[in-house]
This record gives sequence, structure tokens and C-alpha cells, in this order.
Amino acid sequence: MNTVIDAHNISKTFNPETIPIYAVRDVHLHLERGEFTALVGPSGSGKTTLLNLLGGLDKPDKGNILINGVDITSLRPNALIDFRLKNIGFVFQSFNLIPVFTARENVELIMQLQHRSKSEIDERVKILFQEIGLEEKMNTRPAQLSGGQQQRVAVARALASKPQFILADEPTANLDSKSAIKLLDIMAKLNKEENITFIFSTHDPRVIERARRVITLVDGQVHSDTRAIDTSGEHFIPIDKE
Amino acid sequence: MWLLKLAWKNMWRNRNRTAITITAVFFSVILSVLTNSLQEGVFDNLIKNVVSFYSGYIQVHKSGYWDEQILENTFENLPELQEQVIQIDNVEAVTPRFESFALASSDTLTKGCMVVGILPEKEDAITQLKNKVAEGNYLKDGDEGIMLGEGLAHRLKLQLNDSIVLIGQGYHGAMAVGKYPITGILRFGQPEMNNQSLYMTLSNAQVLFSAENRLTSYVIGLENTNELDQTAVNIRTSLGDTYETMTWEEMMPEVVQHIRTDKGSMVIIQLVLYMLIAFGIFGTLLMMMVERKYEMGMLIAIGMKKFKLMQVMMLESLFTVLSGCLLGILVSIPIVVYLYRNPIRFKGQLAEVYEEFGFEAIFPTSTNPEIFLNQGVLVLILGLVLSLYPLVKIAKINPVTAMKK
Repeated sequence: MNTVIDAHNISKTFNPETIPIYAVRDVHLHLERGEFTALVGPSGSGKTTLLNLLGGLDKPDKGNILINGVDITSLRPNALIDFRLKNIGFVFQSFNLIPVFTARENVELIMQLQHRSKSEIDERVKILFQEIGLEEKMNTRPAQLSGGQQQRVAVARALASKPQFILADEPTANLDSKSAIKLLDIMAKLNKEENITFIFSTHDPRVIERARRVITLVDGQVHSDTRAIDTSGEHFIPIDKE
Repeated sequence: MWLLKLAWKNMWRNRNRTAITITAVFFSVILSVLTNSLQEGVFDNLIKNVVSFYSGYIQVHKSGYWDEQILENTFENLPELQEQVIQIDNVEAVTPRFESFALASSDTLTKGCMVVGILPEKEDAITQLKNKVAEGNYLKDGDEGIMLGEGLAHRLKLQLNDSIVLIGQGYHGAMAVGKYPITGILRFGQPEMNNQSLYMTLSNAQVLFSAENRLTSYVIGLENTNELDQTAVNIRTSLGDTYETMTWEEMMPEVVQHIRTDKGSMVIIQLVLYMLIAFGIFGTLLMMMVERKYEMGMLIAIGMKKFKLMQVMMLESLFTVLSGCLLGILVSIPIVVYLYRNPIRFKGQLAEVYEEFGFEAIFPTSTNPEIFLNQGVLVLILGLVLSLYPLVKIAKINPVTAMKK
């Protein structure tokens, strides 16, 4: 296994000069390629903030984050955007597809930003839509897709750039059970067959029970970090006891 | 290419908002084209009335004549001098004139008038004087009769075929007296001309004022009136100091001043108009930014550089404002042409007020293509300058805060 994310002692405080909110405190995190990790914890525990920090959307006040050996906390804004484009895939709670684009164009967008050739784009789009099982909906606009279908397109978009890992912020929060299970099946398959690294922030027990590793945050700190001991994901042991 | 596609599709994502913006720009262009075209049209008409119907665009006099308009400041009509002027670039035609003042009388009525001696055919070639004949006939070479303005005829209670007596002072202090039959009544747009002018043949005027073969001016018609100043310089250089060459702007600074003042007040009206346009466009941009803030944050999060996003926004604005501008120009063309052919004409008391101030009470538009182009470009620039607001907002956008609901 090789290291994808290596976060050292990272902290993030909001309103430091008025009423400080310690969103993330002294977090150490080490993620290997191919992990399927859930970040859990009560509301306000710092899950989204930690995800934002790991995704380079926000900068920690303290500590550093190495992604594939690159310290993203020291990158300049434009270089950071470029880094995100090439290395990180994002899936958001409310899908966030561009409404005026078709599903296909939404997925193509990332590759257009990477200046990929048309043939390469066409080939990748075909594969991605096969993987998410929406080949027949390629030319449909997001508004004509169900929530679950939109989130699957969002996963395809996140995968389009062949990122190092995918960050998903509560990906099943807006989905019904059937759609959530279908989405999780796709992500689990991609993780297993293509060794794609996933990190979710979630409250959803369906996601937690499918995760291979569960990190629990409380008040911005890592309360527990456990790994499943069997493939069913029903038995977890703390990471430090592995 | 995909940036263009994204911008074009974004433009139509909220059809109502785009329609409102395009409509705002569309009406702005029509309004600004109409106001400008009316203003230019009125000034063109004024200049045509005052300048081309009488003074000509350029006049040549003996040096000092304009400051002291006496018959001692006339000059000899030399065929080679006329030839020298007509050879100059952009000079279309030259006609000699003899002008002086006399007292016109009929029965017990008298009125001061301006007597203008002309070569009828040449004069018509420059000032289209024939078109002003309301009654009777236009002068011919050798005619003994005179033509006078409708206002003057009315004041002296004269009609066609009546006689008029002129009394004045001739060249070198000689007495100028003559009695002439009225062969034509002229109707001018400009009231001053209507109430004062009296035309006779050049030779008759020279005889009346005892100024054989003498002239007060050469009136010059131009091929291209936009090259007025350069042509005046060329004539001045060619004729030297013995003669003075004056453009209509130099001869009638009050007209120039009036145009300038009026243009100045129009600038204020237009500024108000542009401000209204600006607020209209800005309002829609503001709504758009609020509506799409989340999506912009998301695009930056997934790896779209802010500069690329700015390009998309600029293209969207360009498409929207350009559509409004082009539509506005296309629709304003037939309106302006219609108003050019069928000018707004004031009647009754309002017309009298205008005429009192020396204006013809008609408001034609100008069909100068520059007006359409300038106003279109101006509104386009205004729209694009306003589009800087979203660009500034994008430059400051933080994906994390933008994506907070």
C-alpha cells in the first residue's frame, strides 16, 4: 500500500478573535491507497471542515497535509486549484451538477479543464457511464434525472480526472434508501475493483456499515479510528491495535 | 470552444432574467439612438437652413469685409479668380454674390431688407434656391424682376406682379434707388430669411448699387462637407492675404455656440439614460451572482480556475449585451429612417415659439450610420464594464463559504 493522505497535527479555528470555534484540533490522519473510509460524528464535530482541509478547499491554521507527498498547505491558490483538478474528486451532498449541461457534459467538463483530447474524453465518458449504469441517460439534463441518478453522475464526474482519492460530503443524505444502496454499491465496486480511495463524511448508518474504516470525530478531535476486520464490515478494531 | 458552449447555455438557464437584460439593453439602444439621431437631425436641419440655404459652407471675401460689411470692401469679379477656387480639391461649385442692405417700400409701408444679387442658375446649384419658390417663377439671367421672402411680402402687403421700391446707398456713396416687379415669392424655413431677403440678378444688383463688376463674396459649395476645415485652409493658402476665406462656423459662431450648448444639455440627458440602463443591467447581474454563487464555489472546488470562470462570465455578458445591442440597432434603423422621411412637425403656438428663436419647427432624424454604431458600442461598453462586478466577486470567491447554504 502507498500513502495518499498524510495529515500532521492539523487544526482549524473559526472566529479566532471573537468567539473561537475549534472546528478541527490537532488531527493526525494517515490514509493509504484503496481505503474506503467514513468520517462520522455528531453535527458540528468537524467532519466537513476536515474534509475541506483534506481537499485543499480550506487551509489549516496549524499543521500540514501531504497528498502523494505534496504539501498542499504551502501551494499558492492557482496551483492548489490545479492540484485539486488533477488529484482530488469531489462528491457533494446536493449533487451540484451544472443544470444547463447534460449528464455527459457535466462529466466531460473536468476533462475539458484538463485539456484532454476528444477521443480520450469520449472513451473515458463511455467507461464511466457504464460503471455508474447510466449509459442511456448520458444526454439527459440533471433536472430530468432522479436524485440517485444525479449523485451517480456526480461520482462519474469526480472520477473523470482519475483522481488520487474522492472526498464525498454526506453523499447519501438527500437520497432514498434504494438510491443510496445503489450508489454505495457502485462506490464499493470502484473501490474494490479499481482500488479507488474514498473518504466520506456521513451520518448515514448504511454508509458506515459499508465502510472499511471509520474515523469518529468529536469536538474536532479524532475520538476513535477503527478498521473492519472482515469483509462484511460488521466487526471493527481500533487502528492502533492492528 | 467548451467555454463558449458553457457561456451560451448559461445565458439561457434563466430565460426571464436574460430576456429582461436583453430588453433593457434593447430599449436603451433604441432610446439613445433616437435621442442622438433626433439631436443630430435637428442640427443638420438647422445647418442646412442657415448654412447651405444661404451662406454656403465657405465664403471668400475681400480681406476685412466680414468685420466691416460696406461696399468699399467689395472685390472685382475676375474669371481667373473663380477658376482658381474651383480647381481646389473638394470645391464643387462657386457662385458670385453681391449683398447689401436697402429700404424696401410699398405704398406707405417700409422695411429694411437684405438685397442679394445672384447668378440664378449657379446660386441654385449651391443653395437650391429654386426649391424655395412658393409663388411665381424663379429668376433667370437677364430678368428685371425680383424675388422676395414671404414674410417680407406679407409685411409690405405685396403680392406677385406688384412693384417694390428699393432705396439705399451705393458704391462710393452713390445713391441706390430702383423699382422692380415681383416675379417670385420665396418661402424659407428660417424665419429671419423669410422676413428680410430679397433676390435679384447679379447685374441688376451691381447696377442698383453702382458697383459694376464688383462682388461681396464667392459662395462655395463642397463635395464633402466633413472636409470643411481642410478645404478652407486650401482656399486660404491658394488665394493669399488679399482675400479672406471663412467657413460657416466662423461666420456664424452663434449657431455653433447654440449647437454646443444644446449638445451639452443632451449629454446630461444621456447620462441619466445611461444611468438607468446601468441600474437595469446591474440589477440582473446582482441577482445572477446570488443565484449562482453556490455553483461557482463548486466549480472552483472541482478545479476550474477563477480566470476560466471569469472568461465564462465575460462571454455570457458579451452574448447578452451584444444581442440586445444588435436587436436595438436593427429595430431603430426603420424607426429613424421613417422619422427622417416623415419628420416630427410642430404646429400652432409651439411652432411659433420655435420660429421666434429662428428655428424651423420640424424635427427630422439623422441617418448617419455613426450614430447607430456609436450608441451600440457605448451601450456594449457600459454592459461590459458592469460585467466587471461579477468578475470582482469571482476573484474574491472562497469555495467553502460560497458552498455554505
